[in-house]
Amino acid sequence: MLEVVTLTLELAGLTTLILIVIGVPLGYWLARDTGFVSAVVSAIVALPLVLPPTVLGFYLLIALGPNGPLASLLPYVGLRTLAFSFPGLVIGSVIYSLPFMVQPSRNGFAAIGKEPFEAAATLRASPRDTFFSVALPLARGGVVTGMILSFAHTVGEFGVVLMIGGNIPGETRVLSIAIFDMVEQGNWGEAHMMSAGLLGFAFLVILVTGLIERRAGRRMP
Amino acid sequence: MTGLAAHFRLARKDFSIDARFEAPETGVTGLFGPSGSGKTTILRMIAGLEKPDKGWLSLNERIWQDEGRFMKPHRRPVGYVFQDSRLFPHLDVAGNLDFAIRRAGPAETPQHRDEVIGMFGLDRLMEHRPATLSGGERQRVAMARALLSHPRLMLMDEPLASLDRQSRREILPYLESLAHRLSLPILYVSHDLAEIERFADHLVLMENGRVTAAGPLASLAADPNLPLARDAEAGAVVDAVIGSFDPVHDLSACHIGPHLVLLPGRLGGKGETRRLRVRAGDVSIALQRAENTSILNILPCEIVSLDESGPGQVLAVLRLEGTEIHLLSRITKRSREALALVSGLGVQAQIKGMSLIDPESKT
Repeated sequence: MLEVVTLTLELAGLTTLILIVIGVPLGYWLARDTGFVSAVVSAIVALPLVLPPTVLGFYLLIALGPNGPLASLLPYVGLRTLAFSFPGLVIGSVIYSLPFMVQPSRNGFAAIGKEPFEAAATLRASPRDTFFSVALPLARGGVVTGMILSFAHTVGEFGVVLMIGGNIPGETRVLSIAIFDMVEQGNWGEAHMMSAGLLGFAFLVILVTGLIERRAGRRMP
Repeated sequence: MTGLAAHFRLARKDFSIDARFEAPETGVTGLFGPSGSGKTTILRMIAGLEKPDKGWLSLNERIWQDEGRFMKPHRRPVGYVFQDSRLFPHLDVAGNLDFAIRRAGPAETPQHRDEVIGMFGLDRLMEHRPATLSGGERQRVAMARALLSHPRLMLMDEPLASLDRQSRREILPYLESLAHRLSLPILYVSHDLAEIERFADHLVLMENGRVTAAGPLASLAADPNLPLARDAEAGAVVDAVIGSFDPVHDLSACHIGPHLVLLPGRLGGKGETRRLRVRAGDVSIALQRAENTSILNILPCEIVSLDESGPGQVLAVLRLEGTEIHLLSRITKRSREALALVSGLGVQAQIKGMSLIDPESKT
């Protein structure tokens, strides 16, 4: 059981890290760009919110499998396929949780308005400098919310993991899958324990996120 | 040319700009006009925050912008004081100032930082967040921050407009010392004539996105063809040098060119310059120097022009004898006929009152 929890936290942690690198700049761009391209990208990013996880999982399975577009590169990293592997699970989780990182970040950046950016420009801050020294600190609430939600959402995902990860102990057997498995086997006691743990975790996440947003809301003039 | 040279063209749905003007390499150039005349947009285009359809811009012979070039806003060495201060809410006052210093290059020294902090009275505020400051304090920090970014050009967009009367009074001396100590072009946008007269040496008059006139403040204020002189409060702006003080009558003698005027109160030290405002309504015209009168200041002038300025009224532009200094006088049409006033005639200007625009010393 410890193995299951560790693997789940590893997956969620790694996914969140990758999402910070991808999702925060993406949210920044979407908040500031008003063109058609950003509208299309915005819609694509939001897709995992409405698609059934099985649909997403199905396409990921094809994309990550031995005949997928990435397959020719895989031998270089010593893999035959990304499906039913931990790296494959990470890729799937990143895509599945992307909107949970991007949306709050984007809202955080959008709430800043253009004024601080203009002030920064007249004080000789380059756009890159401005991102780190003005935009990121001012959108901190949104970004932290995005991190927490991404992490929590990855911990709780089931459908996509089942489709592309399967149930390989130590490789792809995460909490939600393990619970399903135990119920199937009639092992209700352990299922109870894990479920209650996840329930408590989910409640904490939502509570903390709410508190962060409240504090951020108070701080902004 | 040295100083600032700008020409911008911009066409939008609801308004357009086609403005060309220059500003000298030191001193305050007031950008004056009614709301919506494009003053702020011009300032934003100079800072590069707004892109005109066509723009030419140079500072001290360095081209910032022309047909093919557009210097990015963060590469333009401007100090911009926004109407709404725009301090960074996540940084305290010290953090806001240091933000500017860190990006200003090696020319900004710790000594200068201390000097500016002292100059704007910010010592006690350094650890305060912008949200806890009053409007006047915020604007002081904003001016200090702009100054610490080591600008070659100061742009001030109605820095007093968002303040109440109390904060205005508090901030005026800071603004004044800023205006007089910097040896760089300062563009000061305002729709308030009193503010402009107080600070500006040069003036650019704007209306509907066009420049209607530009030049030294004193000559524009006395130009009967410009809206400034048509204002009910119109008046000439004159610089006077303080001479001796008469403690018995509590009067200061001041020199305007070769002429001497007496003003009530002790205005300052000998040799200091004060800017005076002589309202057109306070100047009457006589053919001979009156002997028995309560009016202290009667100056010989020549009539430059006489223009009707309203029902039954005439605005006379007078040139002070032996100088190029102009005064305005508002008289009735009837008086013009009775005294047979015409251009070129030598007359006596009787000045009933002169008010000080600028109580601080002007260097």
